[in-house]
Amino acid sequence: MKLYCLSGHPTLPCNVLKFKSTTIMLDCGLDMTSTLNFLPLPLVQSPRLSNLPGWSLKDGNAFLDKELKECSGHVFVDSVPEFCLPETELIDLSTVDVILISNYHCMMALPYITEHTGFTGTVYATEPSVQIGRLLMEELVNFIERVPKAQSASLWKNKDIQRLLPSPLKDAVEVSTWRRCYTMQEVNSALSKIQLVGYSQKIELFGAVQVTPLSSGYALGSSNWIIQSHYEKVSYVSGSSLLTTHPQPMDQASLKNSDVLILTGLTQIPTANPDSMVGEFCSNLSLTVRNGGNVLVPCYPSGVIYDLLECLYQYIDSAGLSSIPFYFISPVANSSLEFSQIFAEWLCHNKQTKVYLPEPPFPHAELIQTNKLKHYPSIHGDFSNDFRQPCVVFTGHPSLRFGDVVHFMELWGKSSLNTVIFTEPDFTYLEALAPYQPLAMKCIYCPIDTRLNFIQVSKLLKEVQPLHVVCPEQYTQPPPAQSHRIDLMIDCQPPAMSYRRAEVLALPFKRRYEKIEIMPELADSLVPMEIKPGVSLATVSAVLHTKDNKHILQPPPRPAQPTGGKKRKRASDDIPDCKVLKPLLSGSIPVEQFVQTLEKHGFSDIKVEDTAKGHIVLLQEAETLIQIEEDSTHIICDNDEMLRVRLRDLVLKFLQKF
Amino acid sequence: MPEIRVTPLGAGQDVGRSCILVSIAGKNVMLDCGMHMGFSDDRRFPDFSYITRSGRLTDFLDCVIISHFHLDHCGALPYFSEMVGYDGPIYMTQPTQAICPILLEDYRKIAVDKKVVEITKHIHDNRALRYVELLPLSGTVQEPQSTSNAFTPPLTHWLLSPCILIPSACETPGTSPLMLVDDELEIKAYYAGHVLGAAMFQIKVGSESVVYTGDYNMTPDRHLGAAWIDKCRPNLLITESTYATTIRDSKRCRERDFLKKVHETVERGGKVLIPVFALGRAQELCILLETFWERMDLKAPIYFSTGLTEKANHYYKLFIPWTNQKIRKTFVQRNMFEFKHVKAFDRAFADSPGPMVVFATPGMLHAGQSLQIFRKWAGNEKNMVIMPGYCVQGTVGHKILSGQRKLEMEGRQVLEVKMQVEYMSFSAHADAKGIMQLVGQAEPENVLLVHGEAKKMEFLKQKIEQEFRVSCYMPANGETVTLPTSPSIPVGISLGLLKRELAQGLLPDSKKPRLLHGTLIMKDSNFRLVSSEQALKELGLAEHQLRFTCRVHLHDTRKEQETAVRVYSHLKSVLKDHCVQHLPDGSVTVESILIQAAAHSEDPGTKVLLVSWTYQDEELGSYLTSLLKKGLPQAS
Repeated sequence: MKLYCLSGHPTLPCNVLKFKSTTIMLDCGLDMTSTLNFLPLPLVQSPRLSNLPGWSLKDGNAFLDKELKECSGHVFVDSVPEFCLPETELIDLSTVDVILISNYHCMMALPYITEHTGFTGTVYATEPSVQIGRLLMEELVNFIERVPKAQSASLWKNKDIQRLLPSPLKDAVEVSTWRRCYTMQEVNSALSKIQLVGYSQKIELFGAVQVTPLSSGYALGSSNWIIQSHYEKVSYVSGSSLLTTHPQPMDQASLKNSDVLILTGLTQIPTANPDSMVGEFCSNLSLTVRNGGNVLVPCYPSGVIYDLLECLYQYIDSAGLSSIPFYFISPVANSSLEFSQIFAEWLCHNKQTKVYLPEPPFPHAELIQTNKLKHYPSIHGDFSNDFRQPCVVFTGHPSLRFGDVVHFMELWGKSSLNTVIFTEPDFTYLEALAPYQPLAMKCIYCPIDTRLNFIQVSKLLKEVQPLHVVCPEQYTQPPPAQSHRIDLMIDCQPPAMSYRRAEVLALPFKRRYEKIEIMPELADSLVPMEIKPGVSLATVSAVLHTKDNKHILQPPPRPAQPTGGKKRKRASDDIPDCKVLKPLLSGSIPVEQFVQTLEKHGFSDIKVEDTAKGHIVLLQEAETLIQIEEDSTHIICDNDEMLRVRLRDLVLKFLQKF
Repeated sequence: MPEIRVTPLGAGQDVGRSCILVSIAGKNVMLDCGMHMGFSDDRRFPDFSYITRSGRLTDFLDCVIISHFHLDHCGALPYFSEMVGYDGPIYMTQPTQAICPILLEDYRKIAVDKKVVEITKHIHDNRALRYVELLPLSGTVQEPQSTSNAFTPPLTHWLLSPCILIPSACETPGTSPLMLVDDELEIKAYYAGHVLGAAMFQIKVGSESVVYTGDYNMTPDRHLGAAWIDKCRPNLLITESTYATTIRDSKRCRERDFLKKVHETVERGGKVLIPVFALGRAQELCILLETFWERMDLKAPIYFSTGLTEKANHYYKLFIPWTNQKIRKTFVQRNMFEFKHVKAFDRAFADSPGPMVVFATPGMLHAGQSLQIFRKWAGNEKNMVIMPGYCVQGTVGHKILSGQRKLEMEGRQVLEVKMQVEYMSFSAHADAKGIMQLVGQAEPENVLLVHGEAKKMEFLKQKIEQEFRVSCYMPANGETVTLPTSPSIPVGISLGLLKRELAQGLLPDSKKPRLLHGTLIMKDSNFRLVSSEQALKELGLAEHQLRFTCRVHLHDTRKEQETAVRVYSHLKSVLKDHCVQHLPDGSVTVESILIQAAAHSEDPGTKVLLVSWTYQDEELGSYLTSLLKKGLPQAS
């Protein structure tokens, strides 16, 4: 069993597991941090961005100044933003049988894999993952396509040139494989390959392996996966949460007894407590608004935003914010808000019970009804008429490189009254802000990452007791910035096996058994004998049938009746097939009883001699000699087949057959 | 001999109070727990004494499964749990669980029987059906908070997996979710398309399985998709057979017919009464009329009788994933369940002049508002009543559909029916063709019919037996059908042994059936098949070698070495498929059989061949001695 590691991003994994005869891709994460190296795509022509100076080498050579621009000491690529794809060379991706998706954030690279690698398999995901994943992709495509950019920079990617660039461009990995965003057509085609699954559903893959999604508690429809055969079990844990937010709680018990547990998607901010972050979010928000400033919340159109809106729902009136407009701007804002209300089955208990009343599970329905929350597809159109300040705007993309958020950064960046509050943990906020520097607006960083932290992980591992843990290398050492925090790493016995991008791990795994079905007729014919108390044996001679990786044992065919010699017998017909195995024998032969038995069967003139290791029984009349030792019997006789067979059967009576 | 036993406690050769007991591999499952609308006495509920005679329900049953929210499938639940006293797990889908209390409440309002009122009122007051624990799938059943009322154990509703159905299952058949009731009993749900949240179930223990269809519909309608099932080859398929003999024309024709009749009546100033149940058909017909009204720009009002509508539509909105693909795709832009033309009905409207269309509950005209309106409008031939679904025997609906025009009402009043009576089969049951289609899809070994009339069942039974060559049963209530099964036994085979065998299977002569030889070790309930060597080793036993050496006398005057060469070339020519070797020490081997030539102690013209083999080579050894005994061919 092998694990091919195609992504180096611990929360956006992409691994391929070879297990028995199947090839299973676990998640399809797209590393979007690569876009931080690019200039933002402004919705409205931005003089500031378009007038940034070109970057030139130390020696003054300016041949890159069309591609690279400088802003406050940072260098950015002036081009359509590009994403860092999972490795496509490590393994032939056309051999992947299935792709298992754990949550909507971990499927963003799907179109690249399903549309461009010869992939012909099936993708499995839950309905919320697919629907919300579609929304995320739709938003991404929309953000990028609505700001057409003629230029696509490639010169800087040349290895010899890249070496000369300043950090972080210099250290960017695999830049030659970076790709532009996919199209909606590719998204639709990729999503059409998905088959919907439900928690606890057992999906058979070629009769060899069974995969099962389990609730992971992180997002709507998010799942961990069990990959198992009858005797082996691999758990794939990705993006799980033990906090009570809106999704169904995590199913931990089903992860027990795993041979291998692959652990990805832990919290990216292990030092931040989500609850206190939410508190900070609310207090900073109201402070800014009360002072007449605007609040910008860069966010994804689904996920934490539901929780933030719910918090605000409870907070707005008590904080005296009822007159402040809240805007949610995204091409998929409406869909996201609507979809969240129909996935009752995937929600936590409290929210589920609401549908019995029947009421919408999320209170943002009421915020919309009372006009406190308004949503728009973009800043163009209705929004420009309704826009009132001060206000709170939720909009994407959290990287600050594309989407309506770019406009608000340019609009509000110059005033210290305004605040941008970072809640999404996927991008370091300083890097995200770099192309907007110098900036007067306040920046608050309260990342809300509900995924497992290291304390929860070690508790989880103690509870589910996997034999081996496999995880990204980042989790086996403290974070680089906090090298003294040895509590911020995975601690388990035996130590976790770590992987990095483009590595192939052989998983410590020995398969010993396989399931086989004994047909009832055969089972009836078996004769069990008790060897020890509680342990019985039965020798089995049967015909093995194997079809679709399922094995069946059927009774041996009855020996064919000799058909009256119509055909002339050939000599070779008589030659026995040496592959018909005789059973093994075990036990020993008590000499006295054996002699008595011989006598009973008409042998006379029997003489027994003792030897060093046993006895020799002589049948003088028949010129036959039988050597009997503890573990062997040797019959030496003349060529009298009748006699030999009689003796053989008498000996066999004393022995057990296996 | 293992067997599957099926006993209908209700719905055996009858429609109403569906309740079927299934025993499979030692597990007892109750399928549905319905009430009979046509009775108000004991026959209203299934005969649970069949079980309680011999013990407690909860001890006997491993679980109860409810297929959908119609009262003839779940209406006895309160009685069953509160009065008879069952507190084990009950499985149903989320929409069923949400809507079933609403219908019970609806029923309570119109029930004439005082006892029923009490029971259902109690349920309502305690909101017992709302005390639902939505448990994590692998969790144990938790006791819900106990109610203050000492009279009842609280209902323990254990929901099927929240994702029990793949909503898109109707459009893209795939594997459906599977739930474990315990270590052995598995339930799998399939989309049934009958009403919102309706499901068919596969109940499986080991390799034995039963499929129960509940009510299902094989043609998609305006709000639901069609039922489907995979080729799961159950030992038994229990199917409803409401329309065992009917083959319906296309849905589109029926819809056109329906609209035409409504339109004509309204045009001539008549009133149209459509008795329905609050949820299900009502929504489909509302969607139909709504779009028609919009297209034709009609002004006549459409009313929906109970306050339930709005609520009902809310449910539909929240359970969008259970509707059909079209609605799911467009719900963000336009919610199909928000009606512009359909308004709430007020009792006073029934007497207003002018045309109107009224949807009123209940659907079989056996009580309540629909019956009240029917009595008001029945005398006018301009009016029309359209019965869009099946009516149980004994109800007013059934009477007028069977042609009765003079009805005896309570107080010896006779009601003369002059209004037009129309029957439009909109009930979402599979017709004969649909039932045959489902049987064909599932490929069961046996079929059992329930939820239909005996005469019609008989016809369908013959048809199924002829077409599919499987046995078909139709037990009456209380009658048990027993089917012997022969489950195979799963054991673990050591990979070494299996791989050795599979590798052998790749050899050219693999066409001959090959025998796998091994030892089955049975320890407690752990069964493992291993090679004999491994079995010996594991048990700490030594192998006992049994060896034979036979002396074969040959007439040969040459030296021993030459005899050996002759033996070698002879065997080599006869045994083409075997490995025959002549070793440097002068001995000859055939596979692992050793042959040595020696001089005879007395007769120099005779050589003695010593043929030595172990028990494992018994056949070949025995063959060689008899072959050599015949002598060697003369050297040419």
